[in-house]
Amino acid sequence: MNAEKNAATISAKDAWYPPAKRDRFILKQLVSKDFKLKYRRSALGVVWSVLNPLLMMLVMAAVFGSFMRYNDPSLGNYAVYLILGNTAFQLMSDATSQGMNSIIWASSLLKKVKINRYVFPVQKVLFAVVNYGFSLIAIALVMVVERVPLTWTAILMPYALATLMVFCIGLSLLLSAAAVFFRDVIHLWSVVLTAWTYATPLFYPFKILPHWMQVAEHFNPMYIYITYIRDVVLYHTVPSVNMHIACLGFAVVALAIGYAVFHRHEHKFILYI
Amino acid sequence: MANILKRPPIPPEDAETVIDVDDVSMIFNIASEQFNSLKEYFIAAMRHELKFKEFRALNHISFKVKRGEAFGLVGTNGSGKSTMLKIIAGVLEASEGTCTVRGTIAPLIELGAGFDMELTAKENIYLNGALLGYRKEFIDEHFQDIVDFAELQNFMEMPLKNYSSGMVARIAFAIATITEPDILIVDETLSVGDFLFQQKCERRIKELVDSDDVTVLLVSHNIDQVERLCDRVCWIEKGQERMVGPTDEVCAAYKNLGK
Repeated sequence: MNAEKNAATISAKDAWYPPAKRDRFILKQLVSKDFKLKYRRSALGVVWSVLNPLLMMLVMAAVFGSFMRYNDPSLGNYAVYLILGNTAFQLMSDATSQGMNSIIWASSLLKKVKINRYVFPVQKVLFAVVNYGFSLIAIALVMVVERVPLTWTAILMPYALATLMVFCIGLSLLLSAAAVFFRDVIHLWSVVLTAWTYATPLFYPFKILPHWMQVAEHFNPMYIYITYIRDVVLYHTVPSVNMHIACLGFAVVALAIGYAVFHRHEHKFILYI
Repeated sequence: MANILKRPPIPPEDAETVIDVDDVSMIFNIASEQFNSLKEYFIAAMRHELKFKEFRALNHISFKVKRGEAFGLVGTNGSGKSTMLKIIAGVLEASEGTCTVRGTIAPLIELGAGFDMELTAKENIYLNGALLGYRKEFIDEHFQDIVDFAELQNFMEMPLKNYSSGMVARIAFAIATITEPDILIVDETLSVGDFLFQQKCERRIKELVDSDDVTVLLVSHNIDQVERLCDRVCWIEKGQERMVGPTDEVCAAYKNLGK
């Protein structure tokens, strides 16, 4: 703060990023904040991010594999089948339910500083992706224990994750804007997520579905993303061109709708939060 | 606050305009606040009862502030000063008219935006800095300056919830004033920490005010401060612009309000 301090390489007059470049640092800071708060004062800390999907997988394997007998040989390795589907679905459900509330939670900030509002839903999606990164360790552990080999097809997995992330961003933008005006959306969405969990072949085989449901699954984005991930990691096959187009299509449509709705109403947010 | 503050030199006629408030109105729909559920909304929509009562917090306000000027905003409580400030700071968007601001703003109005009580002071400095738009390298470089100014050297790794409110406010002030903005927005109600720290804050604000490039926007309902510091003043009353002009003229009229 003294005169001689201004001789430092970045002067106090040049302290700011140009407006277009601020969001990167803000996103990074907000994700790191969420991460620190999530594991603060837990003995195992970040290990929970690995342990959680593993334990969930064990519970579901016990319930649906042994008890309900969904463990169909045609599914390949049931444990890997389960954990791949579960973690990807968890990514979407974490990202959207947190993203949906993000604008409401950020209300005190939005009333104080000028900030691009989209960073809040996007940040929650990024945070969910970081957590998914840790569950990859859990997936790797299960594959080692179950002796499921990893082939070169797995290098296609980032394509599914990237498109899934964009899909989640679109959905979060839409939901966060809707939740600002109608808090009912928050209650409704948890029901939708539950219904969506059961409507997606996460723990049961696709072929036990009735014919009309099998047709409907092609319009279920989560079925498409999860099938893509299982194809490249568990079944060692390269998904068809149509699968690639579908992954990208859902992402682009969700983002376009989400952005359009968000952008159209964002200037009114501050009056409702 | 700020007995040491004096009016800065009046900028030349041809000085660049840094804040241009052009015919700004701010309208709130009072009734719309009540629709919190879809059901209520649709019932009202079906019955064509979606008519809102308009409340004009600001009504056709216009003024320009030049680089280097000290500009005051006065008005009684609830007159729309804070709404005007929020529009200038970019937090609110005007319903009608435009507000153009050229340059960087240090708003000393709502300090400590985004502070999280669970995080340590150090983590909060980076978080708050990011939200204010600071460069990471700038915070790295000036981190020690911020700590020194706040006089909290030994507490950086402590969660903010263990701080006293005065300590939190000191950190917030230190982050907000570490930079040299083009525009400094000062709220008169801003008083931070004990009297020693308050004097320090005043000296820092004076440093900024005295530098020729900094434009100061002071918001106050205390007429003495405005008279001491400002070159020109805008008087807003119940959302209406009453007067804009040299301090002495406007303040004389404002003082007559109560008589």
